[in-house]
Amino acid sequence: MPRNGRCDMTTAAALDPPIVHRREIPWVPLALTTLALGYLALLLLVPLAAVFVEALRKGAAYYFQAIAEPDARSAIQLTLVAAGIAVPLNLIFGVTAAWAIAKFDFRGKTLLISLIDLPFSVSPVISGLIYVLLFGLQGWFGTWLSDHDLRIVFAVPGIVLATIFVTFPFVARELIPLMQAQGREEEEAAVVLGANGWQTFRRVTLPNIKWGVLYGVILCNARAMGEFGAVSVVSGHIRGETNTLPLHVEILYNEYNFAAAFACASLLALLALVTLVIKTVVEHRYLKEQ
Amino acid sequence: MTAVRLTFKRHSVLPGFHLALGYTLLYLGLLVLVPLSATFIKTFTLTWPGFWAEVSSPRVVASYKLSFGASLLAASINAVFGTLVAWVLVRYRFPGRRVIDAIVDLPFALPTAVAGIALTAVYAENGWLGAPLAALGVKVAFTPLGVLVALIFIGLPFVVRTVQPVLEDMEKELEEAAHSLGASPLQTFVRVILPTILPALLTGFTLAFARAAGEYGSVIFIAGNIPLVSEITPLIIITKLEQFDYPGATAVAVVMLVVSFLLLLTINALQGWARRRHAQERAV
Repeated sequence: MPRNGRCDMTTAAALDPPIVHRREIPWVPLALTTLALGYLALLLLVPLAAVFVEALRKGAAYYFQAIAEPDARSAIQLTLVAAGIAVPLNLIFGVTAAWAIAKFDFRGKTLLISLIDLPFSVSPVISGLIYVLLFGLQGWFGTWLSDHDLRIVFAVPGIVLATIFVTFPFVARELIPLMQAQGREEEEAAVVLGANGWQTFRRVTLPNIKWGVLYGVILCNARAMGEFGAVSVVSGHIRGETNTLPLHVEILYNEYNFAAAFACASLLALLALVTLVIKTVVEHRYLKEQ
Repeated sequence: MTAVRLTFKRHSVLPGFHLALGYTLLYLGLLVLVPLSATFIKTFTLTWPGFWAEVSSPRVVASYKLSFGASLLAASINAVFGTLVAWVLVRYRFPGRRVIDAIVDLPFALPTAVAGIALTAVYAENGWLGAPLAALGVKVAFTPLGVLVALIFIGLPFVVRTVQPVLEDMEKELEEAAHSLGASPLQTFVRVILPTILPALLTGFTLAFARAAGEYGSVIFIAGNIPLVSEITPLIIITKLEQFDYPGATAVAVVMLVVSFLLLLTINALQGWARRRHAQERAV
């Protein structure tokens, strides 16, 4: 999701009153609105509805059985573990990087920002491949790892690494422009008045960026839990061990167990809807506080 | 304070610079830069003719044509409809507008595998949209057309989200001036509105293209993955990996990485242009 690839908090939903065009041809707004809404309904809402309809095709009992069976449960668990590690690490990184970039002037800043964005322009498949090349059997550290009986690729650590990579920029790219726009005066005043670094961050910076942090974290989390391509490359697809929920969906689907595949997919679709709701609420709260 | 240090970093009363920048560089280096450079270094195990043979075999070339061709087409369609959606969301008021505005981001939030199987179900020959299309003689699922549909789906939000803020900030006086000087709505759009949103539109287009070229999850279910016909480049990498052809997988990956980096440079240049244009608009 590269920069400007979604609604920035600073530019979200205009609150101005409706615009009246004196010379607008009367049927044009209606025609354009109908066309746009029809397009969105066909492209977005029809597939979304299909997920839930297909999931319940064999009835509610089958649905709950599909999401409660042991392989599905272990897939859900692994997805939670991967996101539970990747999101906090990228949160710490995002806040740290934004602090360095927004609060100080140094050379090479533009390059650093571009490098932080890099994982978004890499294909998910390649994001997985790079760790196979490092830690796989034929990789740089492959021999050393197998000598010490350690597994990274085709095991949980590889899945966590790939998840960190694909969600790497989310929090940083949300906070960097936000903290740059807020400037440094408040922090400088706090330090001059005798606050130490941690107090300044916790009492001055954090309240200013809390909505930005929350925004970055929920987007990061949605991607972390839903990542497919990168995780698919490093997982090895061992059922009950190295399958995340999206990979479990793929396996069920390829086994022609469509109802179960869509049942598990519906959990991920619910996650997406919850993410969109929180995101909209956060944008709204942020605009209100401005 | 020495002159040398001043040239690197300007003095500040705020604490934590070295710790923050050091941690940033360490984390970025270990998790992103070292693994990415490993991919490039790995290709050095191939000779140049060997590398060329890997990246120019007919099956791989067919996959570039599909991946980049379908991505270009999908990004173009998104440019048109993305602008339309942004326009309607900014200029018109209708019930449920906020919900529609939020739902535009669905392709960002919905896991790609879920999008993939949902689109396949909808566009299969017995699907909700696939059945009527099949009656018209159009097959979507398991053809290159299916690849296009998936790429349109995942690229939809980019153009909307880049064009929307520019439309929101646009000076209405310019349009009203054009109206009062006798310009038709179409002339106003082409001569006044389009030039203003063009940098943002091109940024959104390039972002959608870059995302589509590397996309995997939403495509592989609907594509059918027939070699030479509906096989995308990321799938070629996966196939080579599954055959333990690491050098081959890496060679194709490097080609894709080089294209992505060129696209990233283009996006940065376009965003710089868009920002300057936007600043000018605001200053007027």
